[in-house]
Amino acid sequence: MSIDQTTIDEHGLNADEYQRLLEILGREPTMTELGIFSVMWSEHCSYKSSRLHLRRLPTEGPRVVQGPGENAGAVDIGDGLTAVFKIESHNHPSFIEPYQGAATGVGGIIRDIFTMGARPIALLNSLRFGTLDDPATRRLVDGVVAGIAGYGNSIGIPTLGGEIAFEPSYAGNPLVNVFCLGVAKADQLAKGVASGAGNPVYYVGAKTGRDGIHGATMASAEFDEHSAEKRPAVQVGDPFMEKLLLEACLEVMQTGALVGIQDMGAAGLTCSTSEMGARGDVGIEIDVSLVPQRETGMTPYEIMLSESQERMLLVARQGREAEVEQVFEKWDLHAVRIGEVRDDGRLRIRDHDEVVAEIPNRQLADRAPLYNRSTERPAYLAQAQQLDVAALAAPAALSGTWLDLLRAPVIASKRWVYRQYDHMVRTNTVVLPGLGAGVVRVKGTGRALAFSVDGNGRYCYLDPAEGGRLAVAEAARNVACAGAVPIGATNCLNFGNPERPEIMWQFAQAVDGIAEACRALGIPITGGNVSLYNETDGQAIYPTPVLGVVGLIDDATRVLTRVFPAVGLEIVLLGDAAGELGGSEYLTLAHGLVGGRPAAVDLDRERALQTLLVDVARDGLIGSAHDCAEGGFAVTLAECCVESGGVGARVELSGPGGPDDRFLLVRALFGEAPSRVVVSALPGTRDRLLARARALSVPATVIGHTGGERLAISVAGVGVADIGLVEAEQAWANGLTRYFEAAVA
Amino acid sequence: MKFAIVEFPGSNCDHDAYYAAKHVLGQQAEFIWHKDTDLHGADVVVLPGGFSYGDYLRTGAIARFSPIMTRVREFADAGGPVIGICNGFQVLLEAGLLEGALLSNRRLKFLCQHVHVRVEQTDTPFTCGAAVGQVLKLPIAHGEGNYYAAPETVAAIEANRQVLFRYCAADGAVSDAANPNGSLAAIAGVCNAARNVVGLMPHPERACESVLGSADGRVVLESAVAALTV
Repeated sequence: MSIDQTTIDEHGLNADEYQRLLEILGREPTMTELGIFSVMWSEHCSYKSSRLHLRRLPTEGPRVVQGPGENAGAVDIGDGLTAVFKIESHNHPSFIEPYQGAATGVGGIIRDIFTMGARPIALLNSLRFGTLDDPATRRLVDGVVAGIAGYGNSIGIPTLGGEIAFEPSYAGNPLVNVFCLGVAKADQLAKGVASGAGNPVYYVGAKTGRDGIHGATMASAEFDEHSAEKRPAVQVGDPFMEKLLLEACLEVMQTGALVGIQDMGAAGLTCSTSEMGARGDVGIEIDVSLVPQRETGMTPYEIMLSESQERMLLVARQGREAEVEQVFEKWDLHAVRIGEVRDDGRLRIRDHDEVVAEIPNRQLADRAPLYNRSTERPAYLAQAQQLDVAALAAPAALSGTWLDLLRAPVIASKRWVYRQYDHMVRTNTVVLPGLGAGVVRVKGTGRALAFSVDGNGRYCYLDPAEGGRLAVAEAARNVACAGAVPIGATNCLNFGNPERPEIMWQFAQAVDGIAEACRALGIPITGGNVSLYNETDGQAIYPTPVLGVVGLIDDATRVLTRVFPAVGLEIVLLGDAAGELGGSEYLTLAHGLVGGRPAAVDLDRERALQTLLVDVARDGLIGSAHDCAEGGFAVTLAECCVESGGVGARVELSGPGGPDDRFLLVRALFGEAPSRVVVSALPGTRDRLLARARALSVPATVIGHTGGERLAISVAGVGVADIGLVEAEQAWANGLTRYFEAAVA
Repeated sequence: MKFAIVEFPGSNCDHDAYYAAKHVLGQQAEFIWHKDTDLHGADVVVLPGGFSYGDYLRTGAIARFSPIMTRVREFADAGGPVIGICNGFQVLLEAGLLEGALLSNRRLKFLCQHVHVRVEQTDTPFTCGAAVGQVLKLPIAHGEGNYYAAPETVAAIEANRQVLFRYCAADGAVSDAANPNGSLAAIAGVCNAARNVVGLMPHPERACESVLGSADGRVVLESAVAALTV
């Protein structure tokens, strides 16, 4: 049978790539081989557009136990333990079928973690949608949140929240990024490596169906009005099956009878067999007729490309098969031996006795296409950055704007979302969702891990490099606000079509920014995910790198949240008095604009600030810490008070000139800038706190006291904004919920 | 004394109950696999929370057929203390060891949050260490926790003082606003007529240490220890 040009095109291989395939095989491919090359060389699996750039990210550090290249990264957290974590996107499937798309995203990232031999202990997510006035967006949000909840709750891993933002740019292409954290003993980390000729290859988990064929290829193309027709390429999740797999796999790893293990995620059996073989520099031979199948009449092509969920590939030690099989039998799972490891370095796929594919393993991996795509600074940038924010009219009533910001869905309470997630199962949750970074204790150690996922598409749109730096700084700062030392990071890079030079420029810039900030803050990237082609009808999303940072706290009882713990405490602002309006939430809310430039981060000062936060949290000098993010200082101050049980605040700002300089006032209240944190000093600690700050050259100003039933800000003794705490809480509590609860009533 | 933590496929609060019994209370604890036919000499049986068999059918509907449930029933019939938490409560209802049913939450969404419950009766092995009217801050995490029973059943269990926990405000006042899921008569937990089998939707095992935000749940498990040590 000869392969025609149409078939090659349908498989997304260009002329060069097909030529390369012919060179590797030395002949025309079979259909199964064409399918295998197609998925393995898709953007999603090969990172062909991004690999070159990802090399610039710092991946090494004293704590790194496993860097990029495995199913997830791992960092040392002491006591012989490692934190294993990764973030991944499921953007395209979630747009087509929100519940299952999001659910299987959660399932996929959990498999990545337990495949490493780690017990998953927490989930976070980072979500982007269009604006909530659109009913279609509300349906998407409802479905995605329910899907995340449905999967995480059932499998019993707490979802500690994350972040969610709404922006017209994501209306046709929402982002669903999910992060999972696990803990493993350092000497028991498992790898996705095959070795030892003659060792048996096992398939375990759900049966293979026709679902998700070419999911990886779908994730490597843009959307158009026909995208809804791609629904068959979205898989259906079964968290119960995954729960059994999770327990059984962790149990079987304890036997020592395993050589390697890998989950079947994107590109299913194809990816797991070829990658395990390539990593171990061995061949793998399997017989697809032995693969458990959910449907009849499936072809080898379909079996190899299926993305049915909840499936694992294992390589066991010869002679110890019974131990492996016994564990799976206990969990009513059946480990099926489908092949074995060979020493010929070839991926050989048989259908009974007929060889339907035979590919040199290493070449499939090593000779994957790698593109240095052209880059060009986008035309929109100059104009967008030029916006003269100083010329815009300041609002007449700052108090009203303050309340409006608290009501903005991106700032308002996310309770409607996170109370759908079981966030307490496994009894490790030290900080509940909505109070700051997620924090879980590590049982048996007295320590805790804090983690945060952050990224601001607006900042990146206006300045991708600065946006990359800011994302790293913010995620690390959130972790430091909890009292944790940032020790590792993972990233999910969501961008448009890399074949467009201006998108590739955004990507390259953002990677540079991330790399620079990670180096400066001493936080290695241990893995992650790239999601490209996030476009609908030629309209790309804002460039959106999302950073997940993990931090370590030595004493789980010294964890801090955003909430003022008592009345009568002195409030201290660490960092500058005013922020910038470029790319701010204020600018969008008050003027309907996205423009200007985000404030630049001084990485030395950021590092000093984070060092200070960890020190003063550990030594018990402060009672709370909350960074100034979207909405600026005023919103941060309000967030320190809401859910505090009635603790208000009164502050006096001396920095921003007089009360009549409206522009400076707006910048002081609502301007956004990095390296700014509001802390409350515990009684009698103020002087030590200020001295420590001075020693690290971190600006620190005592600005007021906690207490009272109002939130009041004055400048030079003149009140400039004043709202009731109850009023603020109501605005904040209902800002997001109002879009959903009305429909339920 | 020894706690048996029954593990069904899909149980996911099994480790939490085990940790609370063993590491917080310092008692013996053992996982009992659902295919087991022996309780290994346990003094207290815990059916933990989770999604047994994925809860793809009615919650708890398949787990009640697990081999271990025959032993659990015998243990209960002989007066042994049995507690079902969340999904475990649902299993006990399906098994007929407790009366009533749990419907979808009235707002149809899964709910995870801290709630307050008021202890109504203290003559059971899981409430004997508490005081009548004591308010406990406990987490809930369920999609189907809306307690329902026929009016005559509710009247009967009320008359028999079988309602052990009611959702309430922090001050102990029962109101519709303090009822998270629409449960009839704000019922959060009940016992059987013999008072040794208890089921509740909130998770006392998740509230045994102050580092987790509440240690109010300890009294439930400590009651069992006290009841059996006397």
